[in-house]
Amino acid sequence: MKTIDLYTPIIESSVHHLKAGDFVTISGTIYTARDKAHKKIADLVAQQKSLPIDFTNAVIYYAGPSPAQPGMPIGAIGPTTSYRMDAYTNIMLALGVRMFIGKGSRDDEVKKLLVMHKAVYCSSFGGAAAYLNQCVVDAQIVAFEEFGPEAMYKLTVEKFPVIVINDIYGGDLYADV
Amino acid sequence: MRTISHNQLYSAVVDLVFQANFSLPAHVYQALSTMQATEQKPLAKETLSILIQNADIAAQKHIPLCQDCGSVIVFLEIGTGVTIDGNPESIIQNAVADAYKNHYLRPSIVKDPLFDRTNTGSNTPAFIHTEIVDGSSVTITVYLKGGGSENMSSLKMFTPTTDIEEIIEYIVTTVKQAGPNPCPPLFLGIGIGGTADVAMLNAKKAVLHKEPHPQEQYRKLEGEILQRCNKTGVGPLGFGGKNTVAMVRIKEAPTHIATLPVALNLNCHSLRYRSIAI
Repeated sequence: MKTIDLYTPIIESSVHHLKAGDFVTISGTIYTARDKAHKKIADLVAQQKSLPIDFTNAVIYYAGPSPAQPGMPIGAIGPTTSYRMDAYTNIMLALGVRMFIGKGSRDDEVKKLLVMHKAVYCSSFGGAAAYLNQCVVDAQIVAFEEFGPEAMYKLTVEKFPVIVINDIYGGDLYADV
Repeated sequence: MRTISHNQLYSAVVDLVFQANFSLPAHVYQALSTMQATEQKPLAKETLSILIQNADIAAQKHIPLCQDCGSVIVFLEIGTGVTIDGNPESIIQNAVADAYKNHYLRPSIVKDPLFDRTNTGSNTPAFIHTEIVDGSSVTITVYLKGGGSENMSSLKMFTPTTDIEEIIEYIVTTVKQAGPNPCPPLFLGIGIGGTADVAMLNAKKAVLHKEPHPQEQYRKLEGEILQRCNKTGVGPLGFGGKNTVAMVRIKEAPTHIATLPVALNLNCHSLRYRSIAI
């Protein structure tokens, strides 16, 4: 399939040409965050405390990997279902996140916010966690180590494959099928 | 009376957990290949091809099929002619905990659903369903269920005179509304009859039936539901396509004169289980 290759950080102009249904690969740095990390980040923002990373133009991957075997940077690492993070997406967008990667549909509020903030929502390949492991060249925990698999990881990825679900023009692949 | 040793049961469970996490049952792998061949849309075809490659990489490199290594559901059938040297349920819990730790599998179970969502770190407790059966062997089935697809489970208590068409409609609508969330193509287990809890448990058991229903009327119903679900267009991972459901299996049970429970177990494309009789 025809693919569009993107490199992080992903600036606003890079998402202008992305359309729902596009096959995109990401190379560079992406950060994992799932349920607990989102709640924690929301708490830190509310308390005006310092945040573990700079979210400007960042890519957030909704994922909780399995533990790394010796000699591997990470274990299996597919996306988790995204709607559980809907309630926190407003906060993440205000912090500057440019792209979210997960799987499954988002609520109408998130879709509106993505258009407003010129950010995109992509799906990776749910249940292809061993395949996606092959795209990860390095992994470091950057925050919330105490959350175990729900810690926040900084991943260095090469050609990590995603499909654009919600683009900045209101396009929605899931609604189209 | 035949005796099964602590070690026999323990080793069997460790092995089942390992097999289930790293390699798809042959018929599940075959279903992915068949669907890949029938898809026309390039993205649907590519998606299924990635899922097949995933299964190959998992088996060759010993990387779990999915990072969500599941809730561990165990069906334990103990024959009346056999005794187990120790408490079978504690042996199973220990085996699951050790297997998750030693094989770098993700622990996903928290202590309390509301007031203490701390990870137990061992993926235990496994959820064990024990039955006493005839014979002198013990059959153990380890079934891994991911949280994303489990969240799409559904139960509806119909009235006894409900038309079957209404039940089919409910099932198709549930699959369509779940859309991409449970990682289709789905293996759909349906429990019909019994009480609410029995129907749900039968939905879990049904999905592990390799063969279609032995009775023709249920077999036809499985076929009809499969066909109707595949007209929704949801497709592999919800990206659109012909294959939304890979397989439909029904397990029915006698029920009360006033009830007609229907329970749905939406299993993702990665149907992970293994079974052994010892």
